Formats: sequence, C-alpha cells, structure tokens
Amino acid sequence: MKKRGSFIDRLSSTQIVYLVALLTLIVGAVLVSTIGRNFFSQGNISSVLTGTSVLGFIAIGQTLVILAGSLDLSVPYVASLASLIAAGVMANNPGNVLPGVLLTLAAAAIIGLANGLIVARLNVHGFIATLGMGLIISGYLATNFKGSSGQTPLSFRLIGATGLGPVPISTIIMLACAGLAMLLLHRTRMGHHLYAVGGDISVARTSGIRIDLPVITAHVICSLLAGMAGLLLASRLGVGSPTVGSQGGYDLLSIAAVVLGGTLLAGGKGTITGTLGGVLIFAMLDNIMSVMQINPFLKDVVRGVVIVVAVAVYARRRIVNRPERFSSKGSAEAPAAQAAPVEGP
Amino acid sequence: MENHERTGAASIPDGRPRGSAAPPPLLEVRGLTKSFFGIPVLEDAHLTLYRSQVHGLVGENGAGKSTLMKVLAGVYQPDSGRVLLDGEEVSFSHPTKAHEAGLSSVFQEFNLLPDRTVAENIYLGREPRRGVLVNKALMNAKTAELLESLGITAIRPTAQVRTLTVAEQQVVEIAKAVSYDARIVSMDEPTAALAGAEVELLYQIVSRLRERGTAILYVSHRLRELFDLCDVITVLKDGRVVSTGPASELDDTRLVRLMVGRPISAFFPDKLPRTDSGADVPAIPILQLEGAGNGQLDGISFNVQPGEIVGLAGLQGSGRTELLHAIFGAAPFTRGTMKVEGREVLPKSPREGVRARMALITEDRKAEGLSLNQSILNNALTVIRSVFPRRAGAARTEIPGVFSSLEVVARDLDQEVQYLSGGNQQKVVLAKWLAIRPRLVLLDEPTRGIDVGAKVAVYRLMRKLAAEGKAILMVSSELPEVIGMSDRILVMRDGRLAGELPAGTSEEAVLQLGTGARTAPGGGT
Repeated sequence: MKKRGSFIDRLSSTQIVYLVALLTLIVGAVLVSTIGRNFFSQGNISSVLTGTSVLGFIAIGQTLVILAGSLDLSVPYVASLASLIAAGVMANNPGNVLPGVLLTLAAAAIIGLANGLIVARLNVHGFIATLGMGLIISGYLATNFKGSSGQTPLSFRLIGATGLGPVPISTIIMLACAGLAMLLLHRTRMGHHLYAVGGDISVARTSGIRIDLPVITAHVICSLLAGMAGLLLASRLGVGSPTVGSQGGYDLLSIAAVVLGGTLLAGGKGTITGTLGGVLIFAMLDNIMSVMQINPFLKDVVRGVVIVVAVAVYARRRIVNRPERFSSKGSAEAPAAQAAPVEGP
Repeated sequence: MENHERTGAASIPDGRPRGSAAPPPLLEVRGLTKSFFGIPVLEDAHLTLYRSQVHGLVGENGAGKSTLMKVLAGVYQPDSGRVLLDGEEVSFSHPTKAHEAGLSSVFQEFNLLPDRTVAENIYLGREPRRGVLVNKALMNAKTAELLESLGITAIRPTAQVRTLTVAEQQVVEIAKAVSYDARIVSMDEPTAALAGAEVELLYQIVSRLRERGTAILYVSHRLRELFDLCDVITVLKDGRVVSTGPASELDDTRLVRLMVGRPISAFFPDKLPRTDSGADVPAIPILQLEGAGNGQLDGISFNVQPGEIVGLAGLQGSGRTELLHAIFGAAPFTRGTMKVEGREVLPKSPREGVRARMALITEDRKAEGLSLNQSILNNALTVIRSVFPRRAGAARTEIPGVFSSLEVVARDLDQEVQYLSGGNQQKVVLAKWLAIRPRLVLLDEPTRGIDVGAKVAVYRLMRKLAAEGKAILMVSSELPEVIGMSDRILVMRDGRLAGELPAGTSEEAVLQLGTGARTAPGGGT
C-alpha cells in the first residue's frame, strides 16, 4: 500500500539520518575552509570522533531503553557517579584500575536494575522512575562531594587520550559497544522481544513473551553504558566530578540523538545505526561551530532546529492511510466496490 | 419452529460426518457458561469439531460467538462447562496454553507488529536459534515454507508487515496461528476487512487447511461464505446454541430466521406528535446527499426530513460509521453534493460540521466522546465553549434542566465522568451535543454498552428530538433497535447504500440486504 511519494518518502529513516550527516559534512567542510581551516585534517577528524564517544555510549543505551518503550533520564547522574567511583577507587594507583572499572560498572548495573524493576514491576513510567532515580543520585552527589575528587592514574588516562591514527581508542570502544548492542537487538531472542514489547505490549504478551525481562535488560544495559561514559570522562579529566554528567546535558541530548536517528519515541521501531548517525551529526555540528568560533548559545539554536526539522520529516512520512475502497476522485471505477458476498455460485 | 436439528438438553449436537465409521470428535465443548458482571453471555453452549471439517458459527451481535472463541483461545475462563480435546478435559489458563494444545485463534483485531517483518511476527516468542543467536535464515526459510504450504507465494518473509495489504496481513495472521502446529484454527470474521478478490485467497487457505486435517471454527456474518466454506453450521442466539447441523440442509432464509427468531420487544416508545411550528408546511429536507463519496464511500444519495429518524444498518465495516464521519466533516466527502436545510454545505472538519448545527455522538464514548477525568459540567460544555463561546454562559444555566430531563444520576455537576455508569456517561455526551441545539443528530451505536433503563431514556430523547423537528440519523448493529426506532432504514454494504426498507420491516430483510444474500429489497418473509 505504498503510495508514490517524493524522494524523501521512499528513504528509510536511517538513510535520511546519514543523508543529513553527509549534508552537514559538506556544508561544514565548505564553511570551515572559508576561514582557511581544513575540516578533514587528522586533528579535526580526531576531535569530531572524540566528540562522539561520550554521547555515543549514552545514546546506545538510551536507544535500547526507548525501543523497549521506556526512557532513562538518570544517565547524566549515573555518569557523574561513575566518574567519582572510578577516580576514588583508583586513587592514582595503576594497580587499582581493574577493580575501579569493575566496581564502577557494578554500581551502574545496580542502578539500572533498580530502574528496570521500578518500571517493569511497579508499572511506573520510565520518565518518572528515572527522573526520581536521577534526583536521588544527584542529591547524594551534591551532599557528599563539594567538587572534583579522586584521581585516575596515567595508564587509565591514556585511554581517553590515545588513538589509532585519527581514531580515538574511546571511539573504538564505543563502536564495539554499538556492535554488541546491534547483535543483541537483531540476533538474539531478547532483542526481538525488546522490539515486540516496545511495539505492542499486548501482542508481546499473547505471543507468550515474558514482558518484564526486555525492559529490565534494557535499563541495566543503559546504565552500564552510562557508567562507561563516566569512566571515559574520568579518564579524560583525570578526576571524578559530581557535575560532569549534568553539565553535558546527556539525558536530553541522548534522547534527541536517538529520535534524530529515526527511533520512535514511543518504542518498537528504530536502530542503533540511526542513533550513531544522530550522534555523529551532533558531534560535527559542535565541531564546526567551535572551529568557526560561533557564539555557544547559537549552538543550541542550531541543535534545536535540526531535531525539530528531522522529527517533523519523520512524522510526515509516518502518516499511514487506510487503504481506500474507492478512488477519491472518480466514482465509477471503484476497484473493490463489488461486494464479496454478492458473488459466488 | 425450525426442524433443522434443534438441539435440546437431551441430544448432543452433531455435525458428525456421515459414513460407516464416524471418526471421534477432535474437540468437544459441553455446557459452557460465561457471564460478565452477572450478565450471561454464553449459556450451556455446546459445539463439536471434527478433523478436516469447517464449522461455521453464526449469530447476531452479542450472541456470544466471540466469547466462545475467546474461551477456546484461553483469553477468557468459563464459569462452568467442559472442553474436551481428543476426549480429554482441558482448560486454558493463558493463550500460550491453548497454542501448546494445538488450538490457535485469529481474532478480528490484528495481532501483528507493523514495524517487524513477516517472519519476525510469525515466530515471535519462538524464534529458532543456533546457539544463543537467532537463526534468521532458518526463520525466514520456515516462514516461506509455511506460507507456501498455504498456497501463498506473493508474501516475502522479510517484508515489513506495514507494507502489506490488509488481506496479506490477514494471511500472515492466519499463518501465525497455523505455525503453532495447530490442529484447530478458529477465525473471527476473517473476511471483515477484505474485498472481493481477496476473499478468494482466504477460501484457498481454508481449503488447504481442511485437506491437511485441520478443524476450522469459522465465525462470519457473511452468509455466502458460510455456505461456500462450511460443512456444519451452528447458530448461536442470546448465548445459547439454537441449531447445529450440516450446511447443506440450510439456506439463507432459514439461517437468518434461526439467527433472529425472537419477537421485537415493546420497549421502544411510540412516536410523539410534532411540537414545532413547521410540522404542516412541506419542509425542506434537513440533509440531502447526492452522489457523495470518498475513499471509503461511494454513490451515497438520500434525504432526511425534519422530524424523521433514519436508521443506518449494515455489517461491521460496511461504511456506516464512515458515512456519519463524512457528513460531519471528520473524514469529509471528496465528491458529490451535500445540502443542509437546502444550503450547500460540505464540512471539511468537525468544527465546520458543528457550525452547520450537526451533532455526532460517536461509537466509542470513552475515547471520542468524553474527557473521562474532567467534571460532568466541563464535559457538557466542551462543544459549545469551543465553537460558540458566546453562548456558553446561557448553555451553562440550562445544564441542570437538561440533566434532570435526561434523568442523569450523579452526585453533582463537579463529579468526574469516569465515575458514572455507562448509561449516565452517554447522557452526558448527549447533553454536550444538545447544548448546540443541533438540527441534525448523528448517532453512532447510541446504546452500546448501556443498561436497559438508560436505553429507554435514549430512545425517549430521540422521539422528543424528532417531535421538535430535528432530523436523526442512527447507526446501530442492534437490529431490533434499528427496526423499532426508525421511520426508514437504509442498509449499507461495502461502502454503498444497498437499499432502503420501510418502518417495521423484518430483521431478516435487513440482514439479507446487508449480507447480500438477496440483492433486491424485500419486505420480509
């Protein structure tokens, strides 16, 4: 029942995201060259990719949660908490890197589990459940940490600072996580059920799926990835900070990247690939505007415009018409007008 | 009384295939009873299914067909009665239990995820795996094989369900049901959303299933299909089995009579004398339609006079609701002309419809008629406040009078409508529309889900409005209601008017016109 539509109508949302990314790249490269800089220099590419990694981790997790029909607003606070746990446990001792990482991720997973249980078992909407969880963590951080604290050892700081050619290690780890998330979504039963629960919970239930498991799993993974983002931030800063997550605005920015990537905010439809495209667009916009030395407040205006336009385009495409019984202009040629029951032997 | 193997308490209903050695029944339902809120929906129902047999189940709306199907699917638990599968008693506490026992159902509402592929939908919850990973290749291959076994080659296993036609989605739904290795498949109005040629596809699938030895329980309103497909037909009426026997021993007229066979009760109030001044003058029709149509409707031409109640009958999906929505402007006509009181009007939105002094009481009052968590007063003033704000003050003062004349039972006007009974909620909806003093009142299933007392109140109100010279167009699936209240009955079929019947016609005549069992309007039997 596809109607002939414009070029845009025939593209998948993932294709649109990457088209927009390409457009951003071209416009950015031209703009940057007008002030005598090279967008494609090794340094600049590395800087764009660095910009994708923290948001990338969080947006991948957010994608899973949104696909399952929930939402996670606690991610920035989990990232801040993670940076503090990591920097505190490591305390500038290279021997403590592994325990630091494990403990951080364990704490993040427990928060995710709590989120998931509240959403799936107590039937609190993810928006409220994680808003509450975010406030709890934020209050804890504000009362116990007056500023940055702890220190990460040099070996750990290198993760945030080195790369393979222009590609930072952190970006590679982020992409590996993206790969695992795709494997989960497309090649495991859990992934299939996650789409089903987010798409239509009653269809999922009558198909014999345990509907709380995918939701809990998505929340745990999302918090784990927010913990990864916190580790990366601790590695870059060298210290843990109680405000590093909230300053980044990762809660709303990650949701924006997911939606920009073509995922339905209501759940059930979307891809990690699309989300990565959304993250890339934001990273390029940031990079272009800082190179051009544009007023930082204008940055948000541009981001806002991009989000609204993209979602408006998707919404236009998503209007599915009921198949028509009669053509809307002429009356006589009505295709299926002759009723079934009239015919027959 | 009909002789078509009337079943009493003594005889076990039978559709046993004739022959020397009759095979044992695959499924037996005995004495099944189910009530909702104390109202019996199924009483002592029985049914016997055999391998390779298509068993038709018919009855009017509310006869209990869907309830019986849902009990077999494990969606509802019966209050009493037994279900025997291969002679052993079973009970299904959850839909998956029914699937495991080899009993699958295809319901009217689609149970598919539109954004997932055909294969992903069919094997949802049972995805084949290799190690921990889903074996997509195997899943797609099994789906292709399954579709092919049903004679379907046009549907790709990797196609997104959203991109399929309604008929193809119906096929996927059936394939999903069959994929549980179902020995019994029950289908609830599988052709309701299908057009002519697409029905053939379904016929083909049903005969394939029969060849395989599957038993099929086929619920439909379309008589032609029942006679084409079914070996045995069971008729339900008011929750009871009134007849069961070979389809070959029935014809349209007898089947319809078995379905209806009840006197129309006298609870419809009599017509009132006209109270408005214009009663004697030859009036301009309030509504005139000439060749009107849109994507769902075609060639609609009729008039409604002041003071007239016109019933709109037809099967589910025949376009009745769409017609009301088109007149009101919610899904406008794209061709033809429409006049309201002689002036050409073609409302393009509900707002324009209201401005033309039309009221639409929708089918689903909870979703479309009321703001459930708002007060009675706010609900009653919704329309007038938004469309005629300057008259809202005056309307506010009339509300108590309107409510007492409608006999609304509520604590006070500030009570939230969600706490009212269905009947009182419907009265609030009516009050909200009466506030604009409509000339034309469009009613869509005005008494659905409300108690008898409220029904009578709605009927009285309809008579009163008619007496005031208003025109009423009422859609209803309850045939006694259509016949008991209407001055004329228009019957729709597949988006067109199939014919017009006079007041006091028989239910048989309406059904025959609506199902296409007989194309010419007949006066009844």
